[in-house]
Amino acid sequence: MAEPHAVSQKLPQSETDAAPEPDLLDAYRLMVLARATDERCLMLQRQGRIGFYAPLMGQEAAQVGASRALAPQDWIFPAYRELAVALARGVPLRAIFDQLLGNADDRIRGRQMPNHFGFRDVNFVVASSPIGTQITQAVGAAMAAQRRKDSIVTIAFFGDGATSSNDFHAGLNFAGVFQTPTIFFCQNNQWAISLPREKQTRSATLAEKGSAYGMPGVLVDGNDFLAVYSAVREARERALSGGGPTLIEAEVYRFGPHSTSDDPKRYRTEEQLAAAKERDPILRLKGELVSAGRWTEELDHQLWEEVRTRVTRTFEEAEKAKPLDPRSIFDDVFAHVTPQLAEERAQFDAELRDGVLKL
Amino acid sequence: MSEMNIVQAINRTLRDAMKEDPDVLVLGEDVGVNGGVFRATDGLIREFGAERVIDTPLSETGIIGTAIGMSLYGLKPIAEIQFLDFIYPAFDQIVSELAKFRYRSGGQYPAHVVIRAPYGGGIKGGIYHSQSTEAYFCHTAGIKVVIPSTPSDARGLLFSAIADEDPVLFLEPKRIYRSLTGEVSDSQEKVPFGHARVVREGSDVSVFAYGAMVPVAQEAADALGRDGVSTEVIDLRTLVPLDEAAVLASVEKTGRAIIVHEAARFCGFGAELSAILAEKALYSLKAPVLRVTGYDTPFPYALENVYLPNPERVVRAVRQSLQAG
Ligand SMILES: Cc1ncc(C[n+]2csc(CCOP(=O)(O)OP(=O)(O)O)c2C)c(N)n1
Ligand SMILES: [Mg+2]
Repeated sequence: MAEPHAVSQKLPQSETDAAPEPDLLDAYRLMVLARATDERCLMLQRQGRIGFYAPLMGQEAAQVGASRALAPQDWIFPAYRELAVALARGVPLRAIFDQLLGNADDRIRGRQMPNHFGFRDVNFVVASSPIGTQITQAVGAAMAAQRRKDSIVTIAFFGDGATSSNDFHAGLNFAGVFQTPTIFFCQNNQWAISLPREKQTRSATLAEKGSAYGMPGVLVDGNDFLAVYSAVREARERALSGGGPTLIEAEVYRFGPHSTSDDPKRYRTEEQLAAAKERDPILRLKGELVSAGRWTEELDHQLWEEVRTRVTRTFEEAEKAKPLDPRSIFDDVFAHVTPQLAEERAQFDAELRDGVLKL
Repeated sequence: MSEMNIVQAINRTLRDAMKEDPDVLVLGEDVGVNGGVFRATDGLIREFGAERVIDTPLSETGIIGTAIGMSLYGLKPIAEIQFLDFIYPAFDQIVSELAKFRYRSGGQYPAHVVIRAPYGGGIKGGIYHSQSTEAYFCHTAGIKVVIPSTPSDARGLLFSAIADEDPVLFLEPKRIYRSLTGEVSDSQEKVPFGHARVVREGSDVSVFAYGAMVPVAQEAADALGRDGVSTEVIDLRTLVPLDEAAVLASVEKTGRAIIVHEAARFCGFGAELSAILAEKALYSLKAPVLRVTGYDTPFPYALENVYLPNPERVVRAVRQSLQAG
C-alpha cells in the first residue's frame, strides 16, 4: 500500500521528546495548584468576583499526565475544562485569572466565558463551547504537520459526552484514513452535565470505539498519573513513527458540579461522589511520593499553604488590572475593520461619549 | 389565572399538552432527570416517565433527526436545544430536512416538530450562550419562527406551536425567563400565529421589537412619555408568519419606525421589516426607518452590556427620527 502520508524522520530526541521519566514532584505541585485554583474560583464565583467557572477537580492526574508526555511543539486542542493542561504548559496563573475576569490583559480580550483559554505561545489553541468541534481541527493540524514534515503530534481533549458529537466521528474517521499523528484524549468523567456515561453510549468502554476507526483504543485509569503519562507517551511515539492516531479513554470522575450553573444534587448521590473521592488522583500521587520517601505530611502542608497564598494574591493582582477598552468590541471580527464596522464604531463612540452606553 | 414567570409558563404548558395528548413527548439534553438546564421541563419525567421525557445523548443532529422520524410516524415531538447557540450540528436536519419535508414530498410527508431553544444575551453567557440568530431560520422557507415576550404569550404561542401542522422554532428569551412575571390563564387558549401585539398605543413613533427587547422598548417608551412623546410599541410575537398588516397600520398612523433587536444588524430581521416598509409604506414615512441592534460582531463576553440594545439607545433613535422631519 502506498504511504502518501508517512511521517518524516524524527528530529533529534532533545528537541522533540518529552522527558522519558516524568518529574513526579513537579507533577504533584501542578496538580495541587490546579486543585487550589479550582477551590478558590468556585468561591470567587459565589462572591460574584468572577461570572462563571467550570472546575476540573478529579481530572488533575489525567490532564497533567497527558501534558507531561507531550513536547512543547505539540499542538493542544482543548475543551473548556483544561485548566491543568494550560498550567502544565507553563501558562502563568495570572494569565488564567485575566481570562476569568475578561480584563484588559486577557489574551482572548474578554470575548469568551471563563475557562475558554487560548495561548498561542504554548500551542494551546483557544477553546470553544460547542462540544466536539476541536476534534476534527486537531486532525487537520496533524495533516498540515504531515505535509510540512514536522515531527509533532496534535492532541484533542474532550469529554465522554463529546463522543456522541458529529466531530468525534468525522475526526476519528479522517485520522484513521489519513493516519494522522493525533491523540484523541477523552476524559471520561462519567457525566455530560446530568447524563451519566452509561446513557451516553451503549459501548462497554469509550476506548473500544477506536477499533471501528482502525486505531488503537486505550483505556487507562485517569487517577493514576504515571499510567496516563505512559499511555500518552506511547501514543505519541507511535504517531511520530508513522503509526497513526490513538484514542485514549482516561477514566476519571467529575468531583465538582458541571459548572457553577449546575446543581449535581438533582442527578447524583452524595454516596456516589464519596466513593469516587476515595480515588482522588491527588491523594494517590501524594501517597506514592510519601511511600517512596520523597514527601512528608509536613512538606505537603507547607505546599498547600504556599499555593493557596499564591492563588489568592495572584487573583487580587489580576483584579486590579484595567478593564477592557469598550472600543475593542469591533477588533478581530476581521483582520481589518470594514467600512460598515467603522460606521458602527463611530456611532458607538458617540453613544459612549454621551453616556447612552452603560458599561 | 395564576401569576408566573416565562419558564413556569412553558413548564405548565408542556405538562398540560402532554396530559391532553399521549402523542406529545419531549426530548433533548438534560431535559429528564435534571429537568432542563433552565428547568423548563422540571418534573415532567416524574409525571410522564422516561419514555415521553427523553434524555438524549449529546447530539443535536440526533435530537432533531429522530424528532423528524417520530413526527413522520405520527407523534408530536417537542425537542429542546439547550441553547440556540448549539443548534448548528442540527442545522442540516432543520434547513435541509425538517423545513422541506412537506414540499419535497409533494405534501405527502409533512414533518411537524416543535424545537424549543433559549436564545439571546443578558446572562453573561459570552459568545456561545447569548446569540440571537433567528434570521438564519427566518430565511428558510418551511419553518415558522416564534418568540414570546411574556408568560401568557409563552403559553398561548406554545399551545399554537404544538397544534400547528408545520415545523416551529420556538425561541425563548432566556434573559427574561424569570425576571418577568405575569398573569397566565389556566385555559388552553391559543395565541394565534401572525398576530402582533400592540403593547402600548402611541401616535408619534412606532417601535417594533420581539422577545427580550420588548421590555427594553417599553422602558424607552416610558422615558419618552415623560417628555411628551407618544410611542407605540409593537411586539411582533411571530417572525414567520409575520403580521405585516399590523406593522403597516402602525407606521401609517405614526409615520416613524424604529426596529429593535439584539441580533446583529446586517441581514437581521430588521432588514426585512425595513424592506417591507420601503416597499409598502414609503409614502407614510416622515423619517428614515432606524434600527437599534446588536453590532455586526460576534457576541462578546466582557462587553455584553454595551453590545445589547438598551432603552437609552432606543430613546436616542426615536429622537433622531423625530428630528428628521
Ligand atoms: C453542541 C453542544 N451541545 C450542547 C452543549 C451544552 N453542553 C455544554 S457541556 C455539555 C456536556 C459535555 O459533557 P462532556 O463532553 O462529557 O464534557 P465534560 O463537561 O464532562 O467535561 C453540554 C451538553 C454544548 N456546549 N455544545
Ligand atoms: Mg463528561
